[in-house]
Amino acid sequence: MKKKLGLIVNPIAGIGGRVGLKGSDGKDILKKAIALKGKSESSSRTIQALERILKLREEIELITYPHQMGEEEARIAGFCPRVIGQIKRNETTAGDTQKAAQEMLNLGTDLLFFTGGDGTARDIYLAIGSRMPVIGIPAGVKIHSAVYATSPKNAGNLAYLYLKENTKKIQIGEAEVMDIDEEAFRNNRLSAKLYGYLKVPYEKNLLQGGKTGSSPSEDSETEAVASEVINLMQKDYLYIIGSGTTIQPIMKKLGLANTLLGVDAIYNFKLIGSDLNENQILTLMKGKKTKIIVTIVGGQGYIFGRGNQQISSKVIKKVGKENILVVGTTNKIISLGNKSLLVDTGEEKVNQMLSGYIKVITGINERMLIKIDY
Amino acid sequence: MSTRQKEIKVRRYHAPVWSEPIIMELSQKGQRGIMVPQTEKEIKRQIGQTSKYIPSNMQRNELPQLPELAQPQVIRHYEHLAQQTLGMEMNIDISQGTCTMKYSPKVNEFLASKIQEIHPYQDEDTIQGILEIIYRLDLCLREISGMDQFTFQPGGGAHATYTNSCIMRAYHDMNGELAQRNEVITTMFSHPCDTASPRTAGFKVITLMPDENGYPDLEALKAACSKHTAGLMITNPEDTGIYNPKIEEYVEEVHKVGGLCFYDQANLNGVMGIARAREAGFDACHFNLHKTFSSPHGCMGPACGAYGTTKVLEPFLPKPIVTFDGKKYYLDYDRPYSIGKIREFFGNVEVLIKSFAWILSMGPDGLVEAAKVSVINNNYLSKLLLAIPGVVKHYAEGKVRLDQVRFSWEKLKEDTGIGTEEVQNRMVDYGIQSYHTSHHPWIVPEPFTPEPCETYSKEDCEYWVAVLKQISHEAYTNPEIVRNAPHNSSIHKLNKENLDNPKKWAMTRRAYQRKWKNKIR
Repeated sequence: MKKKLGLIVNPIAGIGGRVGLKGSDGKDILKKAIALKGKSESSSRTIQALERILKLREEIELITYPHQMGEEEARIAGFCPRVIGQIKRNETTAGDTQKAAQEMLNLGTDLLFFTGGDGTARDIYLAIGSRMPVIGIPAGVKIHSAVYATSPKNAGNLAYLYLKENTKKIQIGEAEVMDIDEEAFRNNRLSAKLYGYLKVPYEKNLLQGGKTGSSPSEDSETEAVASEVINLMQKDYLYIIGSGTTIQPIMKKLGLANTLLGVDAIYNFKLIGSDLNENQILTLMKGKKTKIIVTIVGGQGYIFGRGNQQISSKVIKKVGKENILVVGTTNKIISLGNKSLLVDTGEEKVNQMLSGYIKVITGINERMLIKIDY
Repeated sequence: MSTRQKEIKVRRYHAPVWSEPIIMELSQKGQRGIMVPQTEKEIKRQIGQTSKYIPSNMQRNELPQLPELAQPQVIRHYEHLAQQTLGMEMNIDISQGTCTMKYSPKVNEFLASKIQEIHPYQDEDTIQGILEIIYRLDLCLREISGMDQFTFQPGGGAHATYTNSCIMRAYHDMNGELAQRNEVITTMFSHPCDTASPRTAGFKVITLMPDENGYPDLEALKAACSKHTAGLMITNPEDTGIYNPKIEEYVEEVHKVGGLCFYDQANLNGVMGIARAREAGFDACHFNLHKTFSSPHGCMGPACGAYGTTKVLEPFLPKPIVTFDGKKYYLDYDRPYSIGKIREFFGNVEVLIKSFAWILSMGPDGLVEAAKVSVINNNYLSKLLLAIPGVVKHYAEGKVRLDQVRFSWEKLKEDTGIGTEEVQNRMVDYGIQSYHTSHHPWIVPEPFTPEPCETYSKEDCEYWVAVLKQISHEAYTNPEIVRNAPHNSSIHKLNKENLDNPKKWAMTRRAYQRKWKNKIR
């Protein structure tokens, strides 16, 4: 049976970029972008990616949405796609992206290709969660999500590998869907959120989150990190547990439920709070010696201020830098290149307190010394 | 260069294919290579039941699982395997960067074979010759490193770094500071054994990332140094070929807080006879005799990680040490602070003979000349490689690299979808050993690390580059041929997942039988 490749193009992705609008989300901003003669690059980028898999034309079934949501790009690239769904030409919405992803999931698609930016990744996540592997073709103004390939060509290269090779051979990993508040961003305030995780085929060098990674097995590394953290855990200490894929194995090893996108708390190896907000954390901390366990969220290197704002500056100040355990895989640290880890607690003094070097736990008796900036 | 490159015709190659089973699968019950004579009746009577001499907890309950074969079948099996192997002397072995695959003169093999005539249990008086060789080799290495005493017990580079870790432990223990000093600092581009061996010796390891120039971050080192620092274990030049000219400052920072400094000199070849560990302030260093000192490297023979220290650490060296009292060479076992033995007898002595012979044949000027030629070769190779579409070099733009360079096919991968592993697989189709990519984890994306050392001629370097140029051309014009390679090798593609996933590993045949065949023994 032919493998099914889904294709969804957000035709307006990136339209705000060149005209300095820091994003393309929202109807008004879209009008503004068009008025400024903003041009989306999603079509040309999609074609670049599709050209990489053109050789598989006879071996796969390409399923896409009408007009500029994939059909046109597929035809220009040389495919004869199966076109499903209906849209209003030149008036596509986030709802169309979600609907398309949902329909492709229902059709048993093996892999979903989508072109866009962080907003598009969010729409795809909303529609399908982690039920189908995806590869993002980067075309948006903002690319904070690790689900995107490093370039359109590499998106094509990765899809080729996944579709051509025995799919069981290619490891499937989870990559972050991050997005910033565009309204705040346009006012020069940066505030980002971790929305969830999409499933992506893992191949070193091709995805945003793993530009150089070649760690033999990310799983065994996260397991080693989890064992080390558990070894370091002390009695009568409250542990505030942040979110992230390197954190999950710690909770799994302890046999405790974990809030994927939230903050939990452990005391004497028992879960005493799930999906906590700032006030709940502060209440739990009363009278208890406390430590915080966090990991690097997203491809940008943040350890505070992205996806874990509940661990507020107030909480961090009380706990102190010496009681913060940062965990991470070597792969993730290397993918930051020469960049520092980042904090954005909203309070200058706390950011300052956190800056400098920190030993990141990368395995049993293994640490990497990394600089924190803000 | 370009005219010359155009003239090079890349050879066709085809490896023999024997589809050779593993020796365990060739086993035929009852076959024997040697029929051992029965014990004579009288001896049997006097000795009685031999098992009574073996402690019960060391006795086997069943026979060992060994293959049963006659001699011709064994020889045939290994000849087949040898034919399927693209050996060092069958090709231009520039590929194994970081391994310093230099040519090793055959006359030294002949000299080393003499070792078969003696036994390490012989009385010292009857092995004065070999003891003199070990002693004089020690003097040579002291001169090259500036250290005060060497041991030759470690059976390889990682074994030498492990010896160093044990010595660091013993030193701090003697000073009553071991409990406090539990951290060893290393760098991301240092060899992986500089991380693994101190961990095996019980230390925590702190790894420093490189800065934008490819040097380990000095500010990070300063931040890592504390009362917990046991020492620094560092390679220089690292596998990027970049020499850190400020190495003394790194050593000084660690000494300031009471730590020891070990210089991993596996990459000595480019600085041999030019820069010494002593002058950079190190307390200890090691040389891989099987690499730099031509004993040789690889599957062709045993190894030696010669480990040397200054006077301060000398009492902790493994025992015995070969010494000379003016009249006689002897084995000094009277070393109360020694970490003890880390290997039986005096190490791999045949390796020492070959290295000693090589050093004498080269002479002091020859050693320096070898270093210089290896750097020139590397820089010539580098110039040729960077002209190939898809090849890039990271870090230290404009700086001269020493013995090797870690190149990247990052651009080729983006342009064609062909990455370093595919290129590696294709190389063997042209009769060239597939190259070393990089130690893990990869910092340089899609890496490859050639090292031409002093052995290879200008023409050899050009030929090796021509092969990669050919593969790059194929990647841009017919990527499938590269993607599906090797086509002419004895073994087709390996399923890398079996190598990458620790859950799939079986380290011995018994483990394999237990894990994958459900045969629990």
